[in-house]
Amino acid sequence: MNNILIMIRKQMKDTFKNKAVLIQLILLPVVSFILERVIRPEGVPELMYTKMFAAMYMAMAPLTAMSAIIAEEKEKNTLRVLMMSNVKPGQYLTGIGVYVWIISMIGSVLFAVSFPAADMPFFFLVMGVGFLISIVIGAVIGITAKNQMSAGSVGAMAMIILSFIPMFAMFNEGIGAVARFLYTQQTRFLLDAMSFAEIKWDGAVILAANAILAVVMFFVAFRKKGLE
Amino acid sequence: MIQCTGIEKSYTDKKVLSGISFDIPDGQIFGLLGPSGAGKTTLIKILTGQLGFDEGSAMILQKNVRRLSGEDKKKIGIMMDQFGVYERLSCYDNLKVFADIYGTPKEKIMETLKLVGLEDSAKKPASALSKGMRVRLQLARVFMVSPEIIFLDEPTTGLDPMTMKQIHKIILDKKKHGCTIFLTTHNMEEAAKLCDTVALLNEGVIVDSGAPDEICRRFNHQKRIVLHLNTGEDMELPHSKESAEKISKLLEEERVETIHSSEPTLETVFLELTGRKLEEE
Repeated sequence: MNNILIMIRKQMKDTFKNKAVLIQLILLPVVSFILERVIRPEGVPELMYTKMFAAMYMAMAPLTAMSAIIAEEKEKNTLRVLMMSNVKPGQYLTGIGVYVWIISMIGSVLFAVSFPAADMPFFFLVMGVGFLISIVIGAVIGITAKNQMSAGSVGAMAMIILSFIPMFAMFNEGIGAVARFLYTQQTRFLLDAMSFAEIKWDGAVILAANAILAVVMFFVAFRKKGLE
Repeated sequence: MIQCTGIEKSYTDKKVLSGISFDIPDGQIFGLLGPSGAGKTTLIKILTGQLGFDEGSAMILQKNVRRLSGEDKKKIGIMMDQFGVYERLSCYDNLKVFADIYGTPKEKIMETLKLVGLEDSAKKPASALSKGMRVRLQLARVFMVSPEIIFLDEPTTGLDPMTMKQIHKIILDKKKHGCTIFLTTHNMEEAAKLCDTVALLNEGVIVDSGAPDEICRRFNHQKRIVLHLNTGEDMELPHSKESAEKISKLLEEERVETIHSSEPTLETVFLELTGRKLEEE
């Protein structure tokens, strides 16, 4: 069997026995689902909670899952066993990355149920692209972190920057000026617009620049540290 | 065959291995004995291609260890104390990951769990295993894929005598099937029992090597005979004509309960050579 598929299957079995990761994956979608139906103050835009939490989820779930998985395997030396068993670093990272992307997409289905059916393809596209960038950033953190604890603290910092700054940008123009350079803010704009016609060239450039920067960081980290 | 010639390895300014040379013929058990920090794990890492070295050459399966291919790695089984298991996965699932990677049939998983005495724990998560069971699971991972060469880094450290005995049996069984086994240990009894050849490693240098019996005989300077008499008294006599007469007389008088020669052990040889104990307190 292909090593990438083996990694996906292994991780799937592991996650179903890891309550902490499961909770992390479903917490935000469930909270937004409930808030959207229970708390509806006047003047609040439609689906505000869903869009806000979806943008947060985009940065949080894949980033922490990816970095935690790599850091745990490094710390517990199971990664070394895999490498000694002829699993290539590329196969391992692809397998874990694909797995994290899939479970994140499954989590985003819980957000999607709040949207009209016509908006769903656009929503999934935006979330899918955002997840990819977060996964690469998560991989950088996992590769560079010495252990799970340091991956957790660096991951939390990255998560706060990527998910909370766009949220605060709603209330502060200064923060908004900075936040617009983050892919999470750009994807939030896209979720607000919810239309292919509303994709602006500067937003697309910022998204692409974020993606390129994440990939460059990944290659620099991988060349320097490998998977040891 | 495993061949090592003049291996040198340093970490920054500290030399950890110096002039390491030995040959291990196919189908033999080779024991590397030394106290903690002697360089045993470093040497395993070098021989399995996990770590580079500064000078010398190391060959496995007639190939330079620096150029081992994926297929070569499949012929090598490694069990190191530092290697982990997937804590949340069951014993069966832990092995299944590697069975899939190596293309090993599923039936081999239960077969191997049975071999190491873990068949009743197949569904237990690895986190619920005792230390001995965990070691057996790690051994199962190695044995499942029928490697040609097996590296075992202190496989029985900290285990109870019963588990240790079971593991020794498995190791000897693998040897019978033609496996070449490289074992590190600081347990001289284990080395004497299992190994065809041992090398004594101290501070990165092999201070002596050979068959365990041969090493012990070589260091049998004192040549003494120990008698335990039925009076409860112990008597130690040198090899001499006078001693022979004395022993003969004691035997005639039926005063001897036990009689045996007093050869050095690998532990005492190591102590004589290095001034250190193998198992330091």
